Amino acid sequence: MKRILVGIKRVVDYNVRIRVKPDGSGVLTDGVKMSVNPFDEIALEEALRIKERGAAEEVVVVTVGPADCQPQLRTCLAMGADRALHVQTDTPLEPLATAGVLRTLIEREQPFLVLLGKQAIDDDNGQTGQMLAALWDRPQATFASKIELTEGKAQVTREVDAGLETLEVDLPAVVTVDLRLNEPRYVKLPDIMKAKKKPLDTLTLESLGITPRTQLKTLRYEPPAQRSKGVRVNDAAELLAVLKHKGLL
Amino acid sequence: MSQNILIVAEHDGRTLSVATAKCVACAATVPDATITIVVCAADTTALAQQAAALAGVGTVLTVEHPVHAHPLAAALAPQVAALAAPYTHVFGPSSTFGKDLMPRVAALLKTVQVSDIMAVESATRFRRPIYAGNAILTVEVLDGAKVVGTVRTASFQPAGGGGTARIEAATPAVAPPTHTRFVSVSAARSDRPDLQSAARVVSGGRALGSAENFQLLYGLADTLGAAVGASRAAVDAGYAPNELQVGQTGKIIAPELYLAIGISGAIQHLTGIKDARTIVAINKDPDAPIFEVADFGLVGDLFEIVPQLQKLLG
Repeated sequence: MKRILVGIKRVVDYNVRIRVKPDGSGVLTDGVKMSVNPFDEIALEEALRIKERGAAEEVVVVTVGPADCQPQLRTCLAMGADRALHVQTDTPLEPLATAGVLRTLIEREQPFLVLLGKQAIDDDNGQTGQMLAALWDRPQATFASKIELTEGKAQVTREVDAGLETLEVDLPAVVTVDLRLNEPRYVKLPDIMKAKKKPLDTLTLESLGITPRTQLKTLRYEPPAQRSKGVRVNDAAELLAVLKHKGLL
Repeated sequence: MSQNILIVAEHDGRTLSVATAKCVACAATVPDATITIVVCAADTTALAQQAAALAGVGTVLTVEHPVHAHPLAAALAPQVAALAAPYTHVFGPSSTFGKDLMPRVAALLKTVQVSDIMAVESATRFRRPIYAGNAILTVEVLDGAKVVGTVRTASFQPAGGGGTARIEAATPAVAPPTHTRFVSVSAARSDRPDLQSAARVVSGGRALGSAENFQLLYGLADTLGAAVGASRAAVDAGYAPNELQVGQTGKIIAPELYLAIGISGAIQHLTGIKDARTIVAINKDPDAPIFEVADFGLVGDLFEIVPQLQKLLG
């Protein structure tokens, strides 16, 4: 079966204003709205469009995380994913460990394409996709803004600092997606009802034979330094005068 | 304990990127560090000389191969990883080049990556932003693991010149794969300064109203010798091309002077400019969040103010 695997992460919703706990042990997440990482939603949308074009037969979403992730997986099923895999663990995994889990699932699922967001908006690591491609020894195309599939290959346009770069990669491959690839669809109520009946399998790290390593310890969280509020000027001439005075012109 | 740091050079085939000089500056803040730069290119001659001239660099390694005419992570990563054994740290810039490459290197080395290093506290302890810069993390790499890192270039001043590093050819014992091929790059060539490294930036937002109106900023930028930037709202509305986007999802910049014109100041935009030395905001809405971070604010109609500025400067 021509299958696309999409990795998703549950994160604090992008509209939530992040606050660091006073004791520096983390950020406040109690009662905060959680969502599918927005970049991962774009990855799923792309997978669904590829399937709707007839270039794939099945879209499988996978997440690694605590039991609380199931609502986000259900959202993905409501968007149109065919089934979901939940690798359940209460230990936060480092990107290399998450990539290792995905690598193991690739053996089981045999996808021709793995789509992921380019980064999660919580940790901002931006590592998992590239690490997966390395462990799998397959091509990677990061920051995709356009994906064209042909027989056994993909042409991917990437958003790079210089502009837009196009790569051709042999399939299977890992593609991480950027904001401009597409606009994810809204989920409709009947789809939410239907999603309740779709398969959602729960796995454990033990059942996959994985013992994650921890190589990084977080010592503290701090709020960022604040810029102080400046002064108002009245017109263009005064603005140029103060900039000249500061030696900036 | 002495630290041995390998930096992967970023370049366009002819010129070393200033991001590489910033990686050197970051590496130089690691106590007791010896710094090596590896230049992978189709022709490394000129690039190696530029790298060798950076202050604080001991050795420049050159890896010459036709596949490195364009930076492909799949081709670069195994070669960099093959050279990494003697090093305690492997750094690259947190540009799209480094973000693409370094995690692939880290995974091949089965080690950890610290993304977006903004400060070095010790050889194993680093500060980095998370949640789009709304929190700063201090992390410790454990158990002597090799540290792969991307350097947040906006946090460091480039290393100076005058260096005299020795240049050595390296031949990593791995062949680059053929499964990934470069097709094309559409770089917006211009005579203006590069947005990422410009000392002055004139940036426009949704209030410009159209791609035609956005051209107004180019005149002002040229008068000031500035690069042109744009907010995500302006890019999404089609007023400016994507590579001009400043912000968390675009470029993170640190110019001496940043002029935000008709930009309201969404959090994701402010994250991209918070290291700018001086921020000037011009906006007709006196309550726009941009005024909370601007050193100088001017409330008014940009379509009157920008021509006035240009007239006064001209």
